[in-house]
Amino acid sequence: MSAESSLPSPAREFWSGFAANRGALAALVFFGGVALAALLAPWIAPHDPVEQYRTQMLVPPVWDGGSWRFIFGTDELGRDLLSRLLHGGRVSLGIGLASVLLSMIPGVILGLMAAFHQRWLSPVVMRAMDIMLALPGLLLAICVITVLGPGLVNTVIAIAIGALPGYTRLARAAALAEIEREYVVASRVAGAGTLRLMFVAVLPNCLAPLIVNATLSFSAAILETAGLGFLGLGVQAPMAEWGGMLSSARDYIQRAPWVVTLPGLTILATVLSVNLMGDGLRDALDPKLKRVS
Amino acid sequence: MLNFLARKLLALVPTLLGITLLAFGLIRLIPGDPIEVMMGERRLDPEAHAALVQRLGLDQPLHLQYFDYLAKLARGDLGESMVSREPVAREFATLFPATLELAGVALLLAIVLGLLLGLLAALKRGSLLDQGVMGLATLGHSMPVFWWGLILIMYFSVGLGWTPVSGRVSIIYEVEVHTGFMLIDSWFWGEPGAFASACLHLLLPGLVLGTSSTAVVARMTRSSMLEVLREDYVRTARAKGLSPQRVLVVHALRNALIPVLTVIGMQTGSLLAGAVLTETIFSWPGIGKWLIEAIARRDYPVVQAGILISACTFIAVNLVVDLLYGVVNPRIRSGR
Repeated sequence: MSAESSLPSPAREFWSGFAANRGALAALVFFGGVALAALLAPWIAPHDPVEQYRTQMLVPPVWDGGSWRFIFGTDELGRDLLSRLLHGGRVSLGIGLASVLLSMIPGVILGLMAAFHQRWLSPVVMRAMDIMLALPGLLLAICVITVLGPGLVNTVIAIAIGALPGYTRLARAAALAEIEREYVVASRVAGAGTLRLMFVAVLPNCLAPLIVNATLSFSAAILETAGLGFLGLGVQAPMAEWGGMLSSARDYIQRAPWVVTLPGLTILATVLSVNLMGDGLRDALDPKLKRVS
Repeated sequence: MLNFLARKLLALVPTLLGITLLAFGLIRLIPGDPIEVMMGERRLDPEAHAALVQRLGLDQPLHLQYFDYLAKLARGDLGESMVSREPVAREFATLFPATLELAGVALLLAIVLGLLLGLLAALKRGSLLDQGVMGLATLGHSMPVFWWGLILIMYFSVGLGWTPVSGRVSIIYEVEVHTGFMLIDSWFWGEPGAFASACLHLLLPGLVLGTSSTAVVARMTRSSMLEVLREDYVRTARAKGLSPQRVLVVHALRNALIPVLTVIGMQTGSLLAGAVLTETIFSWPGIGKWLIEAIARRDYPVVQAGILISACTFIAVNLVVDLLYGVVNPRIRSGR
């Protein structure tokens, strides 16, 4: 065996760091299950999520005196809760993923550009981000929805706009720390253009905080999607969405508690697992990053 | 210190202008005819349509509209509700104290409980208590606000009947409104039951709204405290023979508080956002519920004002936090 092969590869090193955090590992397994279930929803859901069984309204779940036909029971319109939760997962996780990509890519590009053009671009970009940060996430999303109207795609846009400043600031700060390093200077002297410096030299070394932020904003996006859905400003009925499932549930607190508890528990468990994974990622990617939220 | 304050205020000007631009753009950015969107199902005849365009000033050039909007804002004129025809500023004046009261209770909870738990966890690092606190903090941070509210209503209000489901005070007390803060008004109203009722009404909404912030403050306090406790000056203070309490409070805690203060300032933002959800669940008559109802009714002047007010509140709180930094850490005062 050669001497090099005894050194752990970066991937292996990362994995052993991540796996040392038991909570993060369990969260990864759980989240994998949720994601798989959401992905396979059209094939594994026992019923059509929008089909209304008018004779089977508010049937309790199987452990509460219900039947195996509706394992998690039905809602006030006689729709199968399990099928709605599975299909709702596609919506929530899909919106989360799409909004992370839609905020991370332009956010990072803006941040890098601000770091490389400090004279005039940086103040303009950072001021614009300050303005966006003056409105808390959900309120900014509500603003965007007010202009664009509710709906699936607009929810993604609204959440992405709210998450953008975080990436820009992080990317700029991380890039500023790298830009003076010798390897960047060397690369510049060797004739690398600005684009090459940005994306090939600097960006890979700024990824750790960005990846951690991506997991945190993914979980925040799931919560915001649910919040918007609950307020009736998100994904519109009859499409199944976790937050929207709770918006009418308030009237059934006494008669049908499962209509309230099950969607909420699903949101909580999913967000919790993403946050725990984020903690694990932080520990594994950069031990220097503090364990704070 | 005055110099510091002036610099901070000056830096706010572009941000404030940006916010007004955003609020101003809200109506104008709506694709298509804003009047038609506002009216929704209600159809207007051409004359009424033209009158409304004129009343909202939408027939003017855009930059004139904006200057007009700024001039009105400077006079405290937030426009007029399309539905109730009331000046928005007047409606806002009765609703804002309710939100402030709710957010205040939540923030108090977050500061007191969050600091205490974070401190205990840091001092007993690695213990069962530490793990328990951190586990609860992660759970609290992941909690969907509206669902948490529904669950608490389900158990405590509907199930056990301990707390009221909605509103600010029991309707059997006709508390006169002086300050708009129910705790103060009911206290001076004279009947002890009224104050107790106001407290009970605040209990669940305050808890629901404060949960996430408490979790964040606890996490930040713990990590910040752990970091400070490793510093040389803490070791020096201990070596000098100072009492552990003095080292803890005067030397460690004061320095550990700086990042915690930032987080508390940021939390007011999530409190404002969370208030929208919390007020909706508990039928709390504050600006969050007002905003959501205004969106449902397409009452755009109200939405505009609500967004503007929320942003300004957030900015103001963060200004206070910035100034507090100057007090806690003189190095920041002198500027970079």
